[in-house]
Amino acid sequence: MSKHRIMALFNDFDAASLAITELLDAGFKGVTRDDITLKSPIEHPEVERVLGDRPVYVQRFTFFGALLGGTTAFTLISAAQATFLMQPKGGKPIVPIPPNLVLTYEMFILGAVLCTVLGFLICAGLPAKRSSLYHVKVSEDQIGVLIEADERVMPSIKDLFKQHNALEIKEEIRK
Amino acid sequence: MKTTPEEKDIREDIAWAQINKDVMKSLESPRPIFWVMVAGALAMLAVGVGCEIYQYNVGMGVSNKNNSHVWGLYIATFIFWIGMSHSGTLLSAILHIMHADWRKPIYRFAEAMTTFSLMTAGLFVAVHLGRVWNIYWALPYPNERGVWPNFQSPLLWDAMAIFTYLTSSIIFLYIGSIPDLAICRDNTTGWRRKLYTVMSLGWMGTDRQWRNFRKTYLLIACFLIPLAVSVHSIVASDFAMSQQPGWHITSFPPYFVAGALYSGCAAIITLFIILRYTFRFEEYMTLPILDKVARLTFAIAMVWTYLNLIEYASVWYGHDQYSKAVLIQKATGPYAPFWWAMNFCGSVVPFALAFKSLRRHLATMMIVSLLLNLGMWLERWMIVAPTFSHGYYPWTWDHDQWPSFVQWGIVFGSFGWFGLLFMGFCKLIPSVSMYEVKEMVYHRTLERRKGETEWKGESA
Repeated sequence: MSKHRIMALFNDFDAASLAITELLDAGFKGVTRDDITLKSPIEHPEVERVLGDRPVYVQRFTFFGALLGGTTAFTLISAAQATFLMQPKGGKPIVPIPPNLVLTYEMFILGAVLCTVLGFLICAGLPAKRSSLYHVKVSEDQIGVLIEADERVMPSIKDLFKQHNALEIKEEIRK
Repeated sequence: MKTTPEEKDIREDIAWAQINKDVMKSLESPRPIFWVMVAGALAMLAVGVGCEIYQYNVGMGVSNKNNSHVWGLYIATFIFWIGMSHSGTLLSAILHIMHADWRKPIYRFAEAMTTFSLMTAGLFVAVHLGRVWNIYWALPYPNERGVWPNFQSPLLWDAMAIFTYLTSSIIFLYIGSIPDLAICRDNTTGWRRKLYTVMSLGWMGTDRQWRNFRKTYLLIACFLIPLAVSVHSIVASDFAMSQQPGWHITSFPPYFVAGALYSGCAAIITLFIILRYTFRFEEYMTLPILDKVARLTFAIAMVWTYLNLIEYASVWYGHDQYSKAVLIQKATGPYAPFWWAMNFCGSVVPFALAFKSLRRHLATMMIVSLLLNLGMWLERWMIVAPTFSHGYYPWTWDHDQWPSFVQWGIVFGSFGWFGLLFMGFCKLIPSVSMYEVKEMVYHRTLERRKGETEWKGESA
C-alpha cells in the first residue's frame, strides 16, 4: 500500500483548525495527529489545541552547550597557565580563579549559543529539501494543512477539505 | 481607552500580501537617495582606507600619537562602535523577552546595526596596533610563540568577549531572518532566488519548524542580554582596572553599559528616519513607534546623566587629587569645549525628547539623534584623551597633543564602512521583519475583536 500526502490551503487559521478538528473527529483509519502538519506564514502555537502538545528539545542542546563551553574554557585556560611556570608569579596563584571566570563565562555563552543553533537545525529538520507539497502562499497569507495517509482514505479527506472551502488541494504519492 | 488611528503602532487592516509586497519592493527599488548614500559611504571609506595605507607605509608617527597619548581617537572610536552595537540587543532581545511587540517592524535593522558596529569596532583594534600584520598576536592561543597571553588582562577578555558577541549577534540576526529569507526565495528570480534558497535552508513554515524556531530565538535572546552587558563591562574594565587617574572608578561598567544603550538607541532613531524615507516604510516605521523609541532613549539618557554625575561626584569628593586634577583639566583645559559639548549633547539635548510634538517631528528627531550620538562619541574621547594628557607624573603630561588628519580620516572612514555594510544589508535582506509584522497585525486584530465582543456582551 502506497502512502499518499495531501495538502490543502485555507484562507485563515480558524478555517484550517476547524478542518483539522473535524478530520480527527471523523477518525479516518490510520490517520493520527502525528500525520498532520500545519504550514503557516506566522507561528500559531494555538495549533497544539487540536494537534496536542508537541514538545521542543532545543533547550537540552543549550544546556549541554553551555556546560561544554564553560568547562572547555576553564580547562584550556588553566592548562595554559599551568605551563607558565617559567614566569615569576610573585606568590600569586598559578591558576587564578576569579579572572579565569570571565573567559569561562564568555565561552559558556558561546557554547550555549552555538549548540542552540545546532539543536535548532536538528530539531527543526533543517536544512531540508523543499517538498513538492509547498505553496508560496504559505509564506504569504494562507495556511496549509498537510496529511500523510493511506490512499484508501484520501478521497474522504479530500472531500472533507472541500467541504471546508479549501482554496487549493495538492497531492503527492510516496512509494 | 480607545486608540485613535494616529496612535496605532501599525494599521490592523493591512493585508499580509501587501506586507510582503512592500518589503520586497525595498530590496528592488529604493528611492534614488539610497545610491547617493552608498556613494557617500564609499567616498568616506576611501578616505579612511587612504589614511590607513599612509599610516601603514609610513608608520604610526603620522597619527600623531606619542608616549602619553597611546590610544587616541582609535580606541575612543572603538568604544563608540562597541557601544552602538548594544542597540540590537536592547531592541531585539530585551524587548522581545518583555513582549513589547512594537519593536517588531524595527528590530531587524537594529540587529544588523549590532553586527556591523562590532565589525567596525574590530577594525580599530587592527588600526590601533600599527603593525597590522601582527594582529594574530592578539589571539590568546598559548605558548608556542612565547608571547605568554595574560589571561588576567581585560584586553584579552575584550578580544574573547567581542568575538563571542559578534558570533552570537550574527547568529541571532541570521536565525531571526530565516522565515523572511524563505519569503524572499518564494518571490524572487535569478541570482537572488538562488541565494535565498541556500540561506533559507528549505524553510517551509511547518508547525515543527516554528516551534523550534521560537524556542531557539528566545534562548539566544536570553544569552545575548548578559553577553552584551559583559562585553561593555569588560571594555569598561580596560580602563577601570588600570590605575590611571580618572579611570579607576567602580561605577565605570554600569556607566559604559548605560552609555552603550544610549548611543545605540540614538542611532536607531537616526537609521529609523533614514530607512523610513529611503525604502518607503511609512506604513511600518510609524510615528507612534518612533515616539516609543524616543521615550526609551530619554529614559536611558537620564540613567546615563545620573551615572555621569555620580562619576563626577565620586571623583570630586573622593580626595584622590590626581583624579580630581584630571576632572578639573577636562572642565577647564584644552579639552574643555569638547567636555562641555559632551555634557550638553548627552544630558541637555535629550530633554527635547520629553515633548511629544518634538518626538514625532522627523527633522527634529534626526537632529536630536545626531547630537546625542555626537555627545556619546565625545564622551568616549573625553574618557580616553584627558587621562593620557594629565597622568600621575608631570613629565608625562601632554596637554597640546592633537590627533592628526590620519586619525580623523580613519574615524571618518569607519562611518563610511559601517554605512556601506548597513546599506548593503538593507538591499539584500529585508530590513523590516515581514513575519513579525504579520504576527503583530494578527495579534492586534485578535485583541481588537476580543475587546469588541466583550464590549457587545457588556452592552447586551
